[in-house]
Amino acid sequence: MKKKLLSVILATAMVATMVGCGSATSEPAAAPAAEEAAPAKEAAPAEEVAEEPAAEEASDDLIVVGYAQVGAESDWRTANTESFKTTFTEENGYQLIFDDAQQKQENQIKAIRSFIQQEVDYIVVAPVVETGWETVLEEAKEAGIPVILSDRMMDVSDDSLYECWVGGNFVKEGSDAAAWLKTYLEGQGKGEEEINIVTLQGTIGASAQVGRTDGFASGMQDNWVMLDKQTGEFTQSKGQEVMESFLKKYPDIDVVVCENDNMAFGAIDAIKAAGKTCGPEGDITIISFDAVAAAFDSMIAGDMNADFECNPLHGPRVAEIIQKLQAGESVEKIQYVDEAYFDTSMDVAAIKETRAY
Amino acid sequence: MNNAKNTLKRLTGYKLFLPFLCLALVLLINVIKTPTFFAITINNGVFYGYIIDVINRASELVILAVGMTLVVAASGGTDISVGAVSALAGALCCFVLSGGQQTVNEYHAPYILGVLAAMAVGIICGAWNGFLVAKMKIQPMVATLILFTAGRGIAQLITEGQMIYVRVDHFKKLGGFIDGVPLPTPVFAAVLVVILTMFLLKKTALGLYIETVGINAKAARLVGLNSTMIQFLTYAYCGLCAGIAGLIITSRVYSIDANNAGLNMELDAILAVALGGNSLGGGKFSLAGSVIGAYTIQALTTTLYAMGVSADQIPVYKAIVVVIIVSLQSPELSKIWKNAKKKIGGGARKKVA
Repeated sequence: MKKKLLSVILATAMVATMVGCGSATSEPAAAPAAEEAAPAKEAAPAEEVAEEPAAEEASDDLIVVGYAQVGAESDWRTANTESFKTTFTEENGYQLIFDDAQQKQENQIKAIRSFIQQEVDYIVVAPVVETGWETVLEEAKEAGIPVILSDRMMDVSDDSLYECWVGGNFVKEGSDAAAWLKTYLEGQGKGEEEINIVTLQGTIGASAQVGRTDGFASGMQDNWVMLDKQTGEFTQSKGQEVMESFLKKYPDIDVVVCENDNMAFGAIDAIKAAGKTCGPEGDITIISFDAVAAAFDSMIAGDMNADFECNPLHGPRVAEIIQKLQAGESVEKIQYVDEAYFDTSMDVAAIKETRAY
Repeated sequence: MNNAKNTLKRLTGYKLFLPFLCLALVLLINVIKTPTFFAITINNGVFYGYIIDVINRASELVILAVGMTLVVAASGGTDISVGAVSALAGALCCFVLSGGQQTVNEYHAPYILGVLAAMAVGIICGAWNGFLVAKMKIQPMVATLILFTAGRGIAQLITEGQMIYVRVDHFKKLGGFIDGVPLPTPVFAAVLVVILTMFLLKKTALGLYIETVGINAKAARLVGLNSTMIQFLTYAYCGLCAGIAGLIITSRVYSIDANNAGLNMELDAILAVALGGNSLGGGKFSLAGSVIGAYTIQALTTTLYAMGVSADQIPVYKAIVVVIIVSLQSPELSKIWKNAKKKIGGGARKKVA
C-alpha cells in the first residue's frame, strides 16, 4: 500500500515538474495543457488550430481571433473557455487561437505578442491582473489590432488602448437580488413586516464583493434591517464560521445574502447545525450569487431560495462586437452580458440540465 | 497580607501566567460587549455557544501549533509550509475517497485509506522539509518555502484545479459531531494530539533532546545526541500534524478547495507559538503555551465576529491586540517595569527615612 501511495505521489511530482517546464517554454506548450483541462466537446476544430497557431493558413474570409485566457481554475472559467470555442468556429467564419496563461501575467503578455506576430484580426484578453498592460497594448495598437477585454478590467491610463470590455454587472446582480427579495416577500404577505438581513461578503475589495454589496444596498427597503455584514472570504469554511457567529448573535434572522455560492453552502450547514431551517419551506431565506451546478442541487434540495447568475458565456457577445467593428461601427466601452436568476419557483432541475457549468 | 502577596508573586512567576492572562483578557472583553458570550446552551443534543465555537474552530490551529513548537524549538526556524501541506493532505484524502471524481455521494475507497493517505503525505512533506533543514543545512524558511509554494500546486494537480466534494455523512463527522457526543469532534482530535505529544515529550527524553539541540546543536552532538536526526524528526512530526489538520479542514466542508484550505494558517501557527511565550530562536519551549496561544488567536477572531467589527477593520484590531500581547511578554518591558518599580519603591523608602 505504501509503495502504491509513494508511486502516486512521485507521479504527481513528475507531472508537476513537466507542467512547470510547459509554462516556462511559452504558449504552444501551454495550449495542449489547457485542452486537457477543458472538457472537450465540439471544440475539436478549434483545438487543432490552437495547437498550430499558423495564421497564414487562414483564408481571407475567416476572422482570426486570439484569446488569451486566465487559466482553467474553476468551472466558471472552463465554461467561459467553452463559450469562446463554440462561438468562434470555422462554420461561423472565425479562426480561434486559444491560449491558456495558467494564471500568469507574463504568459499572457507573451501570448498577446505572439498574436501580434501572427497578425490576428482581433485580440481578446481576460486579464489575470489589472495593472501592467500599457506596453503590450501599445504594441497591439501600433499593429492596428483591436483589443477586447473579457471578464476583468485593465487599469490603463489611456482607455483608447482597448476597444471595449465585456463582463458581468455585479452591481446589477446585487440590485436584482434586492428586487427579487421584495417581490418574494410581498408574495408571502411579508411586504410590510420588519425583515432582518445578514450578509456574508466576499473578499473585501474584490469587484464582485463591492458590486454585489452596493447593488443590494441600493435596493434596501425601509422595513428591511441589515443586521450585520461580515466577510466570508468567498470560501465555504469561512462562510460557515461567520454564519455560526451570526446565528448566536441574532436569534431572528430572516434573510441571508451570500455573495457567492460557496459561502452559501457553508451558511446552510451552519443554519442546519443550529437546528434552524432554510430555503422556501424554512425559517431563513437564502439568496446567493454565481449559480454554479452545486447551487442548483441546493435549490433542488430546498435549501436555497434564489441564485443570481454570473454569466460566463461571453463568446456570443464578443462575436457581436467583432461583427460591429467589422462593419465599421463604433461600440460601447462597457458591455454587460445578460445575466439571469433562478429561484425555487422555477423548474431548477430541468434548467440544471441545460447549463454549461 | 504577606501571604496574598506571595501567592500573587508565585502566580505571576509561573511561566504560563502571561499567555493565560492574555487569553483571559481577550475573553473578558466579551463580557462587557456581549454578555451572552459565555452562555452555553444545549441545542439538538449538542453544546451550543460562542465558547464552544472558539474551542472548536481553534482545533486545527492547536494541532499545527503543536508541530510548529517542536520545529521552532529544535531548529530555531519555522515551517512555513504547514498551510500548503494541509491543503495537499486534504486534496489527497478527497481524491482517494472520491476515486478522482468531482463530487461523490459514497466512498470509492475505505475511509481509513483516505486518512492514512493524508497522514502519509503529511509525513513525507515533513520529512522532505526535515531532510533539507537537518541534513542539507538549508535555512528553515528557505527550505520550507519550497513546499509553501509547490504544495498548493501539487494539490491543484491532484484535484485538477477543481473542488472535490465528498458528500458522505460519515466523512463530515471528523469536522462535525459524532452521534450522541455533545462536543464537536475536532476538539477531541486536538486534545488527543496535544496529550500524545506531551506524553512523548515528558515520558521519554525527547523533549529534553529537542531543547538541547535547539540551544546548541553542536554541543548536543558532542554529548552524543544525533542532532540531525532530532531536527529531522521534528519536521516530520510537524508534517504529520499538518496532515491531521488538513483532514479536519477538509471534513468541515466535506470538500477540498486547494486554493483556500489552510490559507495563511502557517502564520497563525507561528503566531500561536510566539503568543505562548516561546522564543522563536529555539531552545526551551512550552507546548502548553503554544496551545494557549492558538486558543487566544481563535478567541480573538470569534470575539471580533461577536462584536460585529466590520470586515475591513478586523485586521487592524487583530494587529493591535497582537502588538499588545507580544509586548506584554517582552523581557525588555518587564525589565523597564522592574526598574520603574525599584525607583518608586526606593523613593518611598527614602521619604520614610
